[in-house]
Amino acid sequence: MKTKMYILLLVIVAIIVIAPLAMYNGLGENQGYFGGSDDAGGKAIEATGYTPWFNSIWEPPSSEIQSLLFCVQTAIGTIILGYFLGYWRAQRKYKQQEQKPVENSYSK
Amino acid sequence: MHIMEGFLPPLWCLFWYILMIPVVAWGIIQIKKTFESAPESKALLAVSGAYMFVLSSLKMPSVTGSCSHPCGNGLGAALFGPAATSVLAVIVLLFQAIILAHGGLTTLGANCFSMGIVGPFVAWAIYRALYKKNSTVAIFFAAFLGDLLTYVTTAVQLSLAFPIPTFTSAFIKFFAIFAITQIPLAIAEGILTVVIWDMLKKNKPKLLEKLGSLTPEEAEAAEQEAIADDKGSAI
Repeated sequence: MKTKMYILLLVIVAIIVIAPLAMYNGLGENQGYFGGSDDAGGKAIEATGYTPWFNSIWEPPSSEIQSLLFCVQTAIGTIILGYFLGYWRAQRKYKQQEQKPVENSYSK
Repeated sequence: MHIMEGFLPPLWCLFWYILMIPVVAWGIIQIKKTFESAPESKALLAVSGAYMFVLSSLKMPSVTGSCSHPCGNGLGAALFGPAATSVLAVIVLLFQAIILAHGGLTTLGANCFSMGIVGPFVAWAIYRALYKKNSTVAIFFAAFLGDLLTYVTTAVQLSLAFPIPTFTSAFIKFFAIFAITQIPLAIAEGILTVVIWDMLKKNKPKLLEKLGSLTPEEAEAAEQEAIADDKGSAI
């Protein structure tokens, strides 16, 4: 697969994510849009008359703090992914150059 | 797919924990075995876990008008099998339960059963069935259905715990909330996993072959493609 193919696939992913934003443009949480399905599931359970018997031991005090912590989660994942993909990419490249020193563009 | 803290009756919490624990224990043993036979796979397991970390933190909007997140469990399942992936899922779910109040400790067993066991098992079975023909097609359907079935499992779990008025009507309700929303996101996850898969395949063809996730022919082809790529690249 070429880089162009990667870009094309990532554009499709972007369209899948952006389409709902365009479809329900102008609507927000107050109109019942873009809420989490996990919360909707919780509400459906509460509607049956059930009350949760255990609460989270700690909750982020505000949505700002929650978004911070979600970003931390994403950042931990991305740095590991990026580190190893870059490391392996360079590893394979320099391994090839060792085998064929003539083609090494850095030794010129 | 996160069932919120306290939202399952205690007996159901216990039930899913009992189902989860042996699989996770088996997963830890399997990971140890894999590390002994292929020590270079450690980084690849870290990458599979990291992929789950990233995808399960991204809450994306769906065409149904609500938001949900992909799971990222298909990649680990295709590389290391479902049991090892359940261990990764426990790490992700514990992080989210303790730090983000997303999911919970009492519902960890149920959440791990859906995201760490059923989803990866489906993904693994589909990957194994299809990879000999074309690993890219196989990984797409593995990631897509692994993600979707995770959410179907959540709907089943909630319908079992709250069959009000009947199991079927409860299932239709929870299926609409969780699984329908998830369809476009599962497609997005499938496509993203194809991109990551292609990079892994080119970077580590021999390792993927050793893990039994690539045929020797495809590993060889991926290696040749990587060499061709590197020749033309500026960096």
